This record gives sequence, structure tokens and C-alpha cells, in this order.
Amino acid sequence: MAEIVLRNVRKSYGKVEVVHGVDAAIADGEFIVIVGPSGCGKSTLLRMIAGLETITSGEIAIGGTVVNEVEPKDRNIAMVFQNYALYPHMTVYENMSYGLRIRRLPPEEINARVQRAAKILELSPFLQRRPRELSGGQRQRVAMGRAIVREPAAFLFDEPLSNLDAKLRVQMRLEIQKLHRELRTTSIFVTHDQVEAMTLADRMIVMHAGVAEQVGRPMTVYDDPNSLFVAGFIGSPAMNFLAGKRQGDDVALAGTAMRVALPAQLRASAPEAIVVGVRPEHLVAGEGGAVFRFKVDTVEALGADSLVHGPFGEGTLVARVDGHETPPVGAELAFGAMVDRLYFFDAATGRRLRP
Amino acid sequence: MSGMVENRPWLTVLAHAILILGVCTVAFPLYITFVASTLTLDQIVQVPMPLLPGDQLFENYSRALTAGSERGAHAPVGRMMFNSFVMAMSIAFGKIAISIIASFAIVYFRFPLRNFFFWMIFVTLMLPVEVRIIPTYKVASDLGMLDSYVGLTLPLIASATATFLFRQFFMTIPDELAEAARIDGAGPLRFFWDVILPLSKTSIAALFVIQFIYGWNQYLWPLLVTTQESMYTTVIGIKRMITSGDQLTEWNLVMATAILAMLPPAAVVILMQRWFVRGLVETEK
Repeated sequence: MAEIVLRNVRKSYGKVEVVHGVDAAIADGEFIVIVGPSGCGKSTLLRMIAGLETITSGEIAIGGTVVNEVEPKDRNIAMVFQNYALYPHMTVYENMSYGLRIRRLPPEEINARVQRAAKILELSPFLQRRPRELSGGQRQRVAMGRAIVREPAAFLFDEPLSNLDAKLRVQMRLEIQKLHRELRTTSIFVTHDQVEAMTLADRMIVMHAGVAEQVGRPMTVYDDPNSLFVAGFIGSPAMNFLAGKRQGDDVALAGTAMRVALPAQLRASAPEAIVVGVRPEHLVAGEGGAVFRFKVDTVEALGADSLVHGPFGEGTLVARVDGHETPPVGAELAFGAMVDRLYFFDAATGRRLRP
Repeated sequence: MSGMVENRPWLTVLAHAILILGVCTVAFPLYITFVASTLTLDQIVQVPMPLLPGDQLFENYSRALTAGSERGAHAPVGRMMFNSFVMAMSIAFGKIAISIIASFAIVYFRFPLRNFFFWMIFVTLMLPVEVRIIPTYKVASDLGMLDSYVGLTLPLIASATATFLFRQFFMTIPDELAEAARIDGAGPLRFFWDVILPLSKTSIAALFVIQFIYGWNQYLWPLLVTTQESMYTTVIGIKRMITSGDQLTEWNLVMATAILAMLPPAAVVILMQRWFVRGLVETEK
């Protein structure tokens, strides 16, 4: 077990810099999720921690030792790959024990570790099978088993659930949570799925275009996003964004006659062009304050609740309503935003307006 | 049955007739060869030659294998077959061993001029043995490799084809496998031995079949590089047993030798068929 520290970590391919200086301190036993859209540098960052990519500048320390020049095998980490990367010609047992055999652990010790991991992962009946004889979920478990038997200082997961179907993904998500509760090993989990980030993370790092936009607990990031990008990326369906212009102490929303009052503490520093954000779940029928009126043109009934879409200003607005009170298409609706649930962003920089 | 194919009886008959005719065209010379190898020399030179097997099967084959023809080349065919076998096996294993290591280097290591070296190997595909045969002969002779197994096999071992095939196969192996092995602590040689080699089994088998036949059927090079009868390969032996001048060629023995020369490649194909097809159509991933 160990803490992992990233200090101004950068990565360039030739002249193109893809990771622009990431700082993070990951505590011992913490479960960190690095989340972001494809191409944001999250996998590159993970691969630098693993030692599969060189670090262009900056420092990575695992357990207090700077590992920039340390081979992957000596970093005391284990990695789970998106396509599992199981050795196709080896049985499950051989796959899980391969690293230990290379390390020349005593055979009894290897056997004990593999049996223990197989028991935790419910793989005991499959130890003599080849990977191709297993289902996707079982292969995924073998990949995790290969990591567990190493008893490493940290687990690195590179989008491990992306190749599974929706139902299995939910199940494996719960299993990974359970596993982490049992083993308490420092884990770094890379995903593009904000649901995985919200559900798994002790803390998440939201990455965008090679920059760590925000680091924090899932609910903090959700409640208090630092930027337009984070606000739009975390939360499903995404936050509604409405372009606006400052008019005195109000923001006039483009394409409508509507004005939203700028909170007093933001008035001093607010720029001209402002984006107002409100989450679909924070639009409530009959609430006071700013009232958004629109005509429903699309309804997505999800069961427990429904998403209603309608044109508003220059874009569309999405609101989440109770599934049993789903309005018909064409209904004229009026929603108020919950108190303090309007977010204001600088349209030019994308930064959240802070007092 | 697909829509374009009409199901008419006469069409089926015609199709079969053409196919049977094709099989006969291919098989008849083989049959004649076999028949001739069971007759006495006197029976063969009759016109027309009998078309049914005679009773000399055992005599002809045992004479060819142990004694050889008394005219033309005198070496026993058993010895020639041993030479051919050594040559074919050395070439097949040599080619596979060298090209699998070369492709491993080209695919998994980043070294300066990597692509240049690959293309240099690739370009030699355009140079068959026959094109470079004079300089190769000169080198082999200067190095004292004439009339030796080394001389027979070494110049034919470098193989762009096999290197290229292995490279293509390695490039289909996911990179993550190499990365997983790195994290597991396997060095390059360990990774090669534990992962690449077992995964290449079927490709190796397919290449073995191709290269064994290639080596077995070599004609021009052994013709040049061997002068002693004890170093003749079977294919050369057949040629040498056909006399020119006034002596009558012992066609019964020549035909027996021809049949014997066909057997090992056929055996390799039949025995390795399952592996061979798997190697060509599927990869174990």
C-alpha cells in the first residue's frame, strides 16, 4: 500500500503536448477515478504512472520513491487493461500466476495466493479454462485476479468496464467497490463514464484537454463544478447551459425576454458574457425565483422519472420530472430553479464565477 | 443454394464430368509413373507401355533405395533421400528460427533505422535464388562450403517471406499483451518464449509445411553446389540417373525414385494439414 504523488506531470509526443502539468496527491488506500472524454490524456496519465509511457517532465512518486526511471515491474503496481490482455494460450491459473512465477515465489505461496484471489472473485471453478472459454465478465475478473495476486501497492484500471454490456458493467462496478472495501489498496481508475466516476470514486480527477480541471469528492464536483466543462460532463443528463448578457445586476438570456438575477456576491467581478447553467433535476414545477417556460417537444420516459425536452431561447432545455407525472408532448410547462442551484460561468474562459 | 445457381440435373452431370476430367489430367501422369516403377525396363520400353502395374514393385524400390542405378549416378536413393531430408529440415527450421527472431526485433523493439532494415529485408523478396546464384556460388565456394550440408542449406535460409508473415502476425497481437507482460516482470526474451512463441504455433506449422516443400524441391542450387554423389539430393539424383549417350536409362528405377521423391512432401502436407489450415485461416487470440 502506498500513496501516489504527481508533481507537474507533463507528456509530449514530439512537439505536441498532451498532458499539460497535472498535480495530484493520492492518499494510501484511496480510490481515485480519472474521468474525461476520449483524447483528454487520462489514459496517458495512467500509463505514465504504470511506467508504460515515459514522463516528459515532472515527477511521479509511489510510496515516497520517485519512479520516473523505474521499470514497470519494479513500481509495485498492477494494471487491469480495457481488453483484459489475458495471455490467450494460458489457463486462468497460469494467467494469474505468471507474474508470481517470474518473481520466483515459492510454489505453495503462488498456489495460496491464486486460490485466495480466485475465491474472492468466484473464479475457483474456472482455473483450468482458457480465456476464450470464458464470458466477458469472467475474463474481466481474471484480469483483476492477475492484479490481486501480486498484492501491489496500487491497482491501475484502464477503462476496465468499457467492453462489458450495460448490465454486467453495473454488476462489475459493485464488485470493484466491494473489492476495494476488502483490500483497501490504493486504486486509480480511468474511465470516460461519469456514472462510474460518481459511483466508484473517493475522489475524482476530471480531465479535459490534458488538464486536470477539478479534483474532488464526487458530490463536491457535482454540486460545485469549477468550469463549464466539468458542469457539463458530470451529471446525467447534462446540465442545461443558457447563453446570456449581463444587464446591470441581471443576466438577460439570449433569445428570450427572461432575466436571471446575478447573486449579490458575484456582481463585483462578473464579465459581460455569461453562461447560466441549471441541472435538469433542479428544475421544479411551481418553485419561485427564475421561471423557465417552454413547450415540450420530446419526452423520454425512463420509468422512475422522465426527461422532458423543449426549445428555450437559442437552445433547448431539459427537465427531469416524476415518471408518473409525465406531461404530454406539446404541453406548456413552467419550471422554477431550486434556490442556489443556478450556476454562472464566464462565457469567454469557461470558468465558474466565484465571489 | 444461392439464387444464381440453377438446379438442373444435366448441369450437375456436366460439372462433375469437368471435375473428373481435371482430376484425371492431374492424376494420370502420376499413375503412369507409379505403373512404370513396378515394371521391368524391358516392359517399359515396349510400345505401348503396359497400363497395369507389374510385379517388380519390391525389386525396383529396394534396388533404388539401397543400390541406385548402375548407369548415370550410382548413389543409392536412400542416401539421397537422407540428404534431401536434412536439407529440407534445415532450411525449414533455419528459416523459421531466423525470421521469427528478426520479426520480433522489428515489431517489438525501437531501434534506429528499424523501418529501413525491414524494407531491406522486404526488398530481397524480389531477388529469387536464381538471380543471385553466381555470386552466392562464389561465396560458398570460397568459404569451402561445396559438397557439405552447410553449403546446401545456409545460403537458402534467409527468408523475407517468412519474416514478413511473422511481422504481420505479430502486429495483430494486441500491444496490451506486451504491456501486461512488462508489468508482470517478463523481459523481452521471456515474453518471446512464454507468449509470442506459443501464440505463433499455428503460423510456425504453416510455414514449416511451405518451407519444407520449398527445401525439398530445390533443384538449381544443389545441382551447382554438390559434385560428389554422396551429397546428391533426390531431385538431383533423378536428373543424374537419366543418362545421355548410348546407355539406356533405367526408367523403372527413375520412376521409383520419382515416386519416392514425392512421398515426404506429401506426408508432411497430410500430417500437418490440420495445423496448416489453422495457421492460414485463424490466429489464436
